Amino acid sequence: MVESKQAKYKKGGVVEYREMGYWQPDYEPKDTDTLALFRITPQPGVEPEEAAAAVAGESSTATWTVVWTDRLTTLERYQAKAFRVEPVPGNPEQYFAHIAYDLALFEEGSIPNMTSSIIGNVFGFKALKALRLEDLRVPVAYLKTFLGAPHGIPVERDLLNKYGRPILGATVKPKLGLSGRNYGRVVYEALTGGLDFTKDDENINSQPFMRWRDRFNYAQEAVMRAEQMSGERKGHYMNVTAADMEQVYERLEFAKEIGSVIVMVDLTMGYTALQSVSKWCHKNGMILHLHRASHATFTRQKNHGISFRVLAKWMRMLGVDHIHAGTAVGKLEGDPNLVRGYYDILREQHVYPDPVKGIFFEQDWAYLPAVMPVASGGIHAGQMHQLLTLFGDDVVLQFGGGTIGHPMGIAAGATANRVALEAMVQARNEGRDILAEGPEILKKAAQHSPALAAALELWKDVTFDYTSTDTADVLPTPTL
Amino acid sequence: MRIHQGTFSFLPDLTDEEIERQIAYIRQNGWAVSIEYSDDPHPYNTFWHMWGLPMFDLEDAAGAMYEFRKCREAFPKHYIKINGFDPSPMWQAQRVSFIAHRPTQDDPGFRLRRLVWSDGRVQKYGLEPYVEDRPAGERY
Repeated sequence: MVESKQAKYKKGGVVEYREMGYWQPDYEPKDTDTLALFRITPQPGVEPEEAAAAVAGESSTATWTVVWTDRLTTLERYQAKAFRVEPVPGNPEQYFAHIAYDLALFEEGSIPNMTSSIIGNVFGFKALKALRLEDLRVPVAYLKTFLGAPHGIPVERDLLNKYGRPILGATVKPKLGLSGRNYGRVVYEALTGGLDFTKDDENINSQPFMRWRDRFNYAQEAVMRAEQMSGERKGHYMNVTAADMEQVYERLEFAKEIGSVIVMVDLTMGYTALQSVSKWCHKNGMILHLHRASHATFTRQKNHGISFRVLAKWMRMLGVDHIHAGTAVGKLEGDPNLVRGYYDILREQHVYPDPVKGIFFEQDWAYLPAVMPVASGGIHAGQMHQLLTLFGDDVVLQFGGGTIGHPMGIAAGATANRVALEAMVQARNEGRDILAEGPEILKKAAQHSPALAAALELWKDVTFDYTSTDTADVLPTPTL
Repeated sequence: MRIHQGTFSFLPDLTDEEIERQIAYIRQNGWAVSIEYSDDPHPYNTFWHMWGLPMFDLEDAAGAMYEFRKCREAFPKHYIKINGFDPSPMWQAQRVSFIAHRPTQDDPGFRLRRLVWSDGRVQKYGLEPYVEDRPAGERY
């Protein structure tokens, strides 16, 4: 191998990637390697091993031709190594390629650097029709260069003084157009009615109809009034996303000055900005909520892009307290099993491979705090038994339309959700089969809650039953 | 007003049988049951009085129910909550908390003090339970 490589250098020109050391079927991955699993669709005539080697090469050291300057380095260390290729079950065009990256390749504590390597250039590579990063095994050695979430689930619960049930939230609607004062009214009604959190939407930043400072002030007034009226802790996610970091910091400081417990950012800010905000939240004890705005542009299609499970890992490393991770039963894309896989990745300390949930790698999280997943988009009180069964206690359930669209008003909408949730938690704790008995449990709880009765009547037939675009490659085997 | 702290505060008050079933749930999970009482319902009052030590090795829910009833007899004019504490790694935190006894169905509630700050656009807030004006132990 070494000799033939030396010969290639002598000759120069274009050499197949697999002959340059990027294909090493005998390679034994090290505990300190980052392992990536790519779904590759080679162009006709390109062999899968060469395609895998090309992905390894283009996501690490290689360029399209032989360069003599390789020989000034310990190239073998810096080369990514494709070490296994296997056909995707049921899909003759596609292959899973396993690639290992040495610990030396990534700057400590930098998601921008890791992503520039692994997904930086290679996705436009012509020899591939399509390419998708399905999963990543991040070594403990690299994880220990990250701080992770500013708080994590148990600490956030202590801050909120809320235990043993999902947290309830709602996004203020309409998303655009409300004045600051009217916006604050929605926050006040929803929180007083029984929600724990309300939320700015991803595209509410600081437009001419409502500048950020007005929104923050009215929202905080609403939070304090709701605490007074309910006797429990409340919060509003103040979206600090802005055009530049100077303005982001200005909004963060103001949110802190007026006493907000939580702020939010959009994924559209970029990884560097997110890391800066996370650092600020660590320093200032602020809970950090991330709205994954734009993710579906690259996570949804099964043949090309990045799986959300990889993005979820990067965000857990980068350090957010909340991230939207799908509802399975709501209006947005998400196969229920894959969504449960994302939740495991965000919440568990040790994740094991599970093909049904789309999880390929074992992942030891090395004590990085758990991230609270957020289920938001097209969910309502009538689905409470399904939501609690799917996601358990450690999730934020966000009912935007399902609160604000209530016929008796926003506060009644909030109360309906809270009553439904508490009745379902009570029944589950008592050992009842809530998935089977859910509708009965809700009906009984509605006897003492006219708000819940009205919600169940209005939304009784609403489901979003479409086939998912992104699904696992195995079907669960029914057990008898 | 009704103080909405803890899970189940939006449901009708739990009966003793229902409370016992929730204690059974805590115990089945291997968590410790603790009982706390207070007559300061401020939402940021973290440290309520402990009724004895947390019960780590309960054989059944009845033992904790006995302690809860004793606490309720001793402090009928206090709020009493029941917590489940999980000592497992990465938690080491409460997993359950709910109010099991209220001194009144109609709490006087809270005063919200406002201090207008700097340019008149920013307020500082202070929240105080009305009952705080009376000495501890004589509030309800």
